[in-house]
Amino acid sequence: MSTLHLDAEALYADLAQGVKGLLHGLGPQTALVGIWSGGAWLVERLQRDLGLAGAPGVISSTLHRDDFGSRGLAGADRTSLPFDVDGRPILLIDDVLYTGRTIRAVLNELFDFGRPASVTLAVLVDRGGRELPMHAAYSAARITLPKEQRLSLVRDDAGRFSFDIKQQQA
Amino acid sequence: MLHKRNPQLNKHGELIHLLSIEGLPAAVLTQILDTAGSFLSVNEREVKKVPLLRGKSVFNLFFENSTRTRTTFEIAAKRLSADVINLDIARSSAAKGESLLDTIANLSAMHADMFVVRHSESGAPYLIAQHCAPHVRVVNAGDGRHAHPTQGLLDMYTIRHFKKDFRQLTVAIVGDIVHSRVARSDIHALTTLGVPEIRAVGPKTLVPGDLKEMGVRVCHDMAEGIRGADVIIMLRLQNERMSGAMLPSSSEFFKSYGLTPAKLATAKPDAIVMHPGPINRGVEIDSAVADGSQSVILPQVTFGIAVRMAVMSIIAGNDA
Repeated sequence: MSTLHLDAEALYADLAQGVKGLLHGLGPQTALVGIWSGGAWLVERLQRDLGLAGAPGVISSTLHRDDFGSRGLAGADRTSLPFDVDGRPILLIDDVLYTGRTIRAVLNELFDFGRPASVTLAVLVDRGGRELPMHAAYSAARITLPKEQRLSLVRDDAGRFSFDIKQQQA
Repeated sequence: MLHKRNPQLNKHGELIHLLSIEGLPAAVLTQILDTAGSFLSVNEREVKKVPLLRGKSVFNLFFENSTRTRTTFEIAAKRLSADVINLDIARSSAAKGESLLDTIANLSAMHADMFVVRHSESGAPYLIAQHCAPHVRVVNAGDGRHAHPTQGLLDMYTIRHFKKDFRQLTVAIVGDIVHSRVARSDIHALTTLGVPEIRAVGPKTLVPGDLKEMGVRVCHDMAEGIRGADVIIMLRLQNERMSGAMLPSSSEFFKSYGLTPAKLATAKPDAIVMHPGPINRGVEIDSAVADGSQSVILPQVTFGIAVRMAVMSIIAGNDA
């Protein structure tokens, strides 16, 4: 059992402030895009809490994953970008940044829809362990976890966030 | 009898070949339909291609002609970034006397990853699946009178798209059922997905009586068969498979079983009309119906690509 305590709600409040700051710099054309599934919950709430117009985007890494051969195709998650990607600054949001492989897949997915002006990443938790040169412009927390632990965001029926830490099977 | 595992599923119950809808659990069918839904949107992207089968070779083995099915499989494989090799087997090796398994062994030596097989003999895709290397996947694109599972699945996708829930529906399948592998695949899929009333409609010579054992209501009267139906699946009259006098004439058939606006009016007002194509206007379907507002024949074709993408990507992603 891990004794690590992560208050997801408190970190979300920090993330909201961080995203507000990033949006200020990126300009009013910027679209929030949440990475399925944790990031999608985050953008849904950020869009509302920050009073942003329109609907946020949701993006799935499934079709570009590098572990498709071993993971196969599961789930019905799909990308939905209700705006023109061409020429628009994109602010990607995810719950946990780890190896960077999901971000790589998501960038490929994003570029299948057009050529964004820029792509920036903000996350709730950066847990280190990068295997690709990916960098978050904002992270509400930086932690170190053993490799075999899997950290993911959970949303309860009332829409409140918490973290789930699972022991990975080898 | 010893319990034998369905050759289409691995030990985790995941799909590794698609040979027939018969014996597949509802969860697998639903997974294919859900996945197809995600692929439908790929057609709306700037880049209409995803890399799931990048570096894989898909061999289209059509021992029997079919332009439409082969083309939709080819488009589906290309949208998944596979390399597609089309072999007009009917006119080459088979004509020179090579056996089916020798053909497969030769193509396997060319590093095939997937075979899409159409064959006039029922069971040919099973034989290939049993004899190919463990990493090779097989999709049945129609075998004899036996099965045409991707057509069955795209029909299910179409029905779900327009009718949402299978559990309240009356589905009428009309026409040449005895020669139709589509009808057989549709009946298995509809039954598995919980459709309460399936009717097989057509003359005695074309609607086998043993369908009753599959839980199907057999109707030799067209009016009775389509009354109150939510979905009408018209089948093509397969003259090329008929021997002897099974029918008086095609105009006679149209008079009794052709779908006209007047007959369609007896189905539910929001009934949809489907057809696997190619349609014979004035034989099984009136032009006014084929081109009418209740016809979903062209959406079927579009959905067919997404369904075939779903099948190929699911089986490629599961270990044997």
